[in-house]
Amino acid sequence: MKALILVGGYGTRLRPLTLSVPKPLVEFCNKPILLHQVEALVKAGVNHVVLAVSYMSELLEREMRVQEQRVSSKTPGPLALARELLNVDNEPFFVLNSDVICDFPFKDLLQFHRGHGKEGTIVVRNHQKYVLYVTLVENKVLKKSTAILLPVQPNKKLPTSIEKEIFPVMAGESHLYAMELQGFWMDIGQPKDFLTGMCMYLHSLRQHAPERLRTGPGFLGNVLVDPTAQIGENCTIGPNVTIGAGVVVEDGVRIKRCTVLKGSRVRSHSWLESCIVGWSSSVGQWVRMENVTVLGEDVIVNDELYLNGANVLPHKSINESVPEPRIIM
Amino acid sequence: MLKAIILIGGPQKGTRFRPLSFEVPKPLFPVAGVPMLQHHIEACVKVPNLKEILLIGFYQPNEELNRFLFNAQQEFKMPIRYLQEFAALGTGGGIYHFRDQILSGSPEAFFVLNADVCSAFPLTEMLNFQKEHGEPNSFVILGTTANRKQSMNYGCIVENEKTNEVLHYVEKPSTFVSDIINCGIYLFNPEIFQHIGAVFQKNQQDMLLEEPTNGWHRAEAIRLEQDIFTSLAGQGKLYVYKTLSFWSQIKSAGSAIYASRLYLNQYHTTHPERLASNKEGGPKITGNVYIHPTANIDPTAVLGPNVSIGTGVTIGAGVRVRESIILHGATLQDQCCVLNSIVGWDSTIGKWSRVEGTPSDPNPNDPFAKIDSETLFRDGKLTPSITILGCNVNIPSEVIILNSIVLPHKDLNRSFKNQIIL
Repeated sequence: MKALILVGGYGTRLRPLTLSVPKPLVEFCNKPILLHQVEALVKAGVNHVVLAVSYMSELLEREMRVQEQRVSSKTPGPLALARELLNVDNEPFFVLNSDVICDFPFKDLLQFHRGHGKEGTIVVRNHQKYVLYVTLVENKVLKKSTAILLPVQPNKKLPTSIEKEIFPVMAGESHLYAMELQGFWMDIGQPKDFLTGMCMYLHSLRQHAPERLRTGPGFLGNVLVDPTAQIGENCTIGPNVTIGAGVVVEDGVRIKRCTVLKGSRVRSHSWLESCIVGWSSSVGQWVRMENVTVLGEDVIVNDELYLNGANVLPHKSINESVPEPRIIM
Repeated sequence: MLKAIILIGGPQKGTRFRPLSFEVPKPLFPVAGVPMLQHHIEACVKVPNLKEILLIGFYQPNEELNRFLFNAQQEFKMPIRYLQEFAALGTGGGIYHFRDQILSGSPEAFFVLNADVCSAFPLTEMLNFQKEHGEPNSFVILGTTANRKQSMNYGCIVENEKTNEVLHYVEKPSTFVSDIINCGIYLFNPEIFQHIGAVFQKNQQDMLLEEPTNGWHRAEAIRLEQDIFTSLAGQGKLYVYKTLSFWSQIKSAGSAIYASRLYLNQYHTTHPERLASNKEGGPKITGNVYIHPTANIDPTAVLGPNVSIGTGVTIGAGVRVRESIILHGATLQDQCCVLNSIVGWDSTIGKWSRVEGTPSDPNPNDPFAKIDSETLFRDGKLTPSITILGCNVNIPSEVIILNSIVLPHKDLNRSFKNQIIL
């Protein structure tokens, strides 16, 4: 079975993180976003994943080879271009958008799809108020919609055309079914939602795999800590915190609702809430960061500063407080 | 024999010092660990042959003031008395009203010091200057140099550059007059009362001729600056001694932090025992820090530069304090961070909270710059200033209080920025 993941785009909404790393490779809860999806697909019996990418594709290709040997990645353009790749066998295939995180219900989806026997199934939540980009589409759809898809420009966003041009046609022909999603769902394409999605994911982990969460004195609620990270004394971490590989958190630090990406250091007595600390960054002593402050890769925040909603581009050293939200070029 | 008079004002003055002046008369507010007035008194007692210090003001006698006077007399072995005006009589009216008290014992000269200034108080130098410039019965104003723009907020002095005689005196001129400003510290001899008396007589005459007014204007209310110095200038009586040593007004609460810095720096020569140092088992000290011996400070705290810690203050683990005054009985819980702030008596700051203000220091690149006693609001917005927590304010854990003024006895439950919290 095959699946198409619509990666595409520059991930501008997730800048400054995506200035260093393509969005699918940004670690969400200590695992690249794309890997969450690929692992779930593999579990459901998918053995061929096609990635529709455009930006930093080489980096993406290299990373995916390393991480998931079973998956071969290709770099086609839009769905129409992927037609050849998906059309080899007569199996249905999954289509999903790479921004989305949820308890991917691929097995249930396949079962549901086979049950109604029509051409397509879309996963919806909240009684169809919102359409999810996890779809299961029969190959026939591609044939039918060829005429619609071909005029699409290679750089035009594909999801638009699926929603606006394919689904209405399928629905009109009674070939589109909806399956309601159980559990959480979040579009994590921007920092604010990335953090909300993290909270949901950690909550889901608490229910399905609580052994992966860190507990004990100094940890509150759902906290995910990479085994290679070091946490100092008298810290209070959590709820809803993800600490990446090789991160050092010094003594007396308070972190809640944050993602600290790999290789970073948070120095003593600092206080962080609702932040994303980019790779290999350093947060000084007695720093206060809040309100969706996002540090890009290799940012240095000097001691005793206050960052409120700062968006800091990679490789910057910050010497002054940022009392109101703004972008630090 | 010499005397010194310190003009301490009264409760209607010092409103720019609120909310701190609600709890304690402003002249008793601690600067660099001791009451503002004590710096004046310590300078006075060093002057040879100075036998008595009189405080003149219109505060009702109160416990703090009495206790301060009692302790100061014990410590300095000198009569220090408070003379209460029946009303606000101005800088000249107060001393004129109590002239008999001042002149008793026949002092040949006496100093008059405003309480709301911070200075190295070069009083002996002023005496020497008076003796040396050849006019033994003259009056001396302590002057300092300001920058052109800021000079207009002060009393401006035009001098004869050879003799240092004051040729013109203008209080807060509307256009530039001179960059030499009045420091509010004077050396007089008893003859000054003749000049004040003349103004008093004239005021009485004027009032008899005038229509009866609302009654607020009194013949006794006389200002040294406008009513005396302006007319004495150019008469060969008034001289200016210009000092290069530090000087600042203490009008706003923000200037108390700046004044603390100046006095803490002076402690290196005058009171090295008042400066904290890094000791085994003690907190980490950077720069000049005063810690009252009764304060309880965790060794992992980092204090300074320019920090004053009052009696009975408790400071927890991993606390950071910089450019701040922590008043007696306050508690700073673990990992909290206090920058450019005054923390009121018995206030508490919760764990990981951040209390931060914006310093209102004079321009460091201008050697003659003075602190701006700005208004609280500009263009309808609160000007960023130091953060002040009034007495008994409770700040919960993990919040930020930024550029705010919190009035006494408040329990906050969230973060605040750029606000006055009533």
